[in-house]
This record gives sequence, C-alpha cells and structure tokens, in this order.
Amino acid sequence: MESTLDIFVKAIFSENMIFAYFLGMCSYLAVSKTVKTGLGLGVAVVFVLGVTIPINYLLENYVLKEGALEWLNPDYGVNGASTINLSFLSFIMFIAVIASIVQLVEMLVEKFAPALYGALGIFLPLIAVNCSILGGALFMQDRQYSTMTDAVAFGLGSGIGWLIAIVFIAAIREKIRYSNVPPALRGLGITFIITGLMGIAFMSFMGIDY
Amino acid sequence: MLLILVKLEFKVMSESVEKAKAPAEPLFSKKNKKLITDPLSDNNPITIQVLGICSALAITVQVEQAFFMSASVLFVLIFGNWTISLLRNLIPSRVRIIVQLVVVASLVIIVNEVLQAFVPDVSEKLSVFVGLIITNCIIMGRFEAFAMANKPWPSVLDAIGNAVGYAWILLIVAVAREILGSGKFWGLEILPKGFYELGYVNNNLMILPPMALIVVGIIIWIQRSRNSSLVEEH
Repeated sequence: MESTLDIFVKAIFSENMIFAYFLGMCSYLAVSKTVKTGLGLGVAVVFVLGVTIPINYLLENYVLKEGALEWLNPDYGVNGASTINLSFLSFIMFIAVIASIVQLVEMLVEKFAPALYGALGIFLPLIAVNCSILGGALFMQDRQYSTMTDAVAFGLGSGIGWLIAIVFIAAIREKIRYSNVPPALRGLGITFIITGLMGIAFMSFMGIDY
Repeated sequence: MLLILVKLEFKVMSESVEKAKAPAEPLFSKKNKKLITDPLSDNNPITIQVLGICSALAITVQVEQAFFMSASVLFVLIFGNWTISLLRNLIPSRVRIIVQLVVVASLVIIVNEVLQAFVPDVSEKLSVFVGLIITNCIIMGRFEAFAMANKPWPSVLDAIGNAVGYAWILLIVAVAREILGSGKFWGLEILPKGFYELGYVNNNLMILPPMALIVVGIIIWIQRSRNSSLVEEH
C-alpha cells in the first residue's frame, strides 16, 4: 500500500506529467519562452489541479463509478441503485467540472485577490484545455485512489511536477538564445530535443520506484 | 444543454439545406483542395502549429495504437468541425469554449465506447489517452480557428487535412519507434532472425517515452532544413 507521501513524491518526479506522460505539452511549448510567464502558468496549473482533482474524485466515487449511487436509494430498481454504472459519462462530467471550476476560480480570484489575478489572469482560461488537468482527473479515475487525501496529494504533486518542468525548460530556453543552434532546429526543434533529454534525466528517479 | 444543442443544430441544418440550392463553387475547387493539402506539410498541425503534441507522443510505442488513435482523432475532428460549423452563428462567444468542449466530449464518448466494444485490447493500452482527445489542442484549435468562421463543407475538408497531417507524423514516429525499439511492425516480427544472430540488438531506448520527443524533434529538423521559410528566430 502506498503512503500519501509516496503518491505525492511520485507524482512530482517519476510520474511527472510532462516527462513521463507528455500531458499539457501544448501550453508547455507555447508559454515557456520566459521564466516569468512559465512560472505564472505553472502556479495556475498547480492551483487548478489541486482544486479539480478532489472535486472529480468525489464525483467519481459518489456518482459515476459502478455502485457509487448506492447512497441514493438501495432499493431502487430491481437490484438497488448499486447496479447503476455511469462511468461512460465520466469524460463529459470531468470536462464540465474543469471548465466551470476554471471559470469560477477566475471570477473568485478577480474579486478577492486582484494582485494574483493580474499575475494569473491571462493564463486561467488557457487551463481549461490543458491536457494535464483532464489527464490528472483520468489518471485519478484509472488508479482508484482509496482516500480523499491521496487524491489531493496526487493533484498537488502533479501540478508541482508540471510547474518544475515548465520553469526548467523556460530557463533553458532563455539561455539557449545565446547559443549557435543549427537554423532548422531553432525554436521548436531544439525545445523538443531538450525536453527529451530532460525526460531521460527524470527517468533516473524511477530508480526509487521498484 | 445537449437537447438545446440538438434542436439548434436541426434548425441550422434545415437552413443550410435551403441555402445549398443556390449554385455553389465546385466541391473540390482549388481553394478547397488547399485546405486538405496545406496541413499535410507546410502547415502541419504537429510540426508547424505545435498542436496536439500531448497525445501524439504517448501512444507512439506501437503502430497499432498510433493507428487507432489517428482514426479516432479523424472521426472526432471531422464530426466536431462539422457540428461547430453548423452551430457557429448560434454560439454566444462568451460560452463558446464550453459548447466546444461539450461537442468534443460527446464525440469522444462515442469513440471510446466503440473502441471498448470492438478492440478492447487496444482500448486498454490507450487507457486515458482516448479521453484526452477532448483536450487535444488540434481539435479545439481547428474549432476556434476554422469551424467558427467557415461553412460546413470547407470545415470538413479542413478537418480531414489536419487529422491526416496529424496521423502521418504519428505513424512515422510509431513505425520508427516500433521497428528500432522492438524489431516489430504492428506486433509482427519483421527483422530476420539472422540479424540477431549477427549480434544486432534492439534499441530499448526507443521504447522509453522521451525518445518520442527526440524523434519528433528530428522530423522537425528534416522538414525545416528542406523548407527554409519555416525556420523561426529563437
């Protein structure tokens, strides 16, 4: 049985969203030109993952999973509500939760923390279509974490892993501007190759995980 | 919400049928052909527009997975682009992202159910990546950039062009990784036994996830060396 700390550390390093699963690559490549914007988007991702994963966890366990609706009415239908399996609806439910939470978070941040909104503002709408958010929800469903704490740890861990990845690549891209890269590789090509090399480096963390 | 969408769609469809009676440009005019051929090379969604990378890399270990993934994206993109294009005048711009997500999510649910029913082992291997078609940037990108502003037929052509542009990069990466990494194609051994007896060893590095990035990087490199107008400043 994995402890909560295991799940947290694993999500950051050996199962890093970018280097192990390539989730959220689109915004990772588009917004990593400078460290400052990378950091802004990274923080927003940590925030949204930390909020949406627990909500989707509750949804999965009390509405969607086979037998999850048992609390509703055990005597419903022929064999009770425990036979209802709504998991085919999970994609649409998860994405609806994510899109609405992102909207809600945007409004709340704007109202109560205008300074933070100034920093995160433009990135928040981008996040609804960031693969790592939906990916996190689907991995959570796939791995069936046993408690809410585990789900929260997984959400925050994945977010922090993503933040680390984007800050690292942004720092490298800032410096690589001064190097003599072959013209055809400039920009996108070299970013891909560097990410690949960083991925290989991050794989060494697998050594901890048997 | 879905019900409203379906109703609206019906209304628009009947309208567009009426409009179609007017003489229109030929189905495959020069402009329309360009919609298909452009995304194949000079405006490729993966190597030039940098969209849809997320799913493209994770499922290229085997050709079979890459093939089913491409087919799913083709289906979702064609029908999604068509639907959004029909609805384009009815979607309020403030909620358009949510409407687009609902359309994609419904199509992806269909794809997922079909894959689970007919190719359960592939569906098992693709695991979460079928669901991630929803947030595949190619799809949202095409909805935003093309279907919201164009008629249904060009949108379908645009969808085919982009999905095929996505598919061929995916298949090249998958073929390279499967042959070099495990000496197989579509799960069949294709390298002669004699190779191994001579001391040839499969390159296990190719199976690891980071190599997908490096292979795509090399494809980008080749493409940009051949066409120097695509080279970007840092």
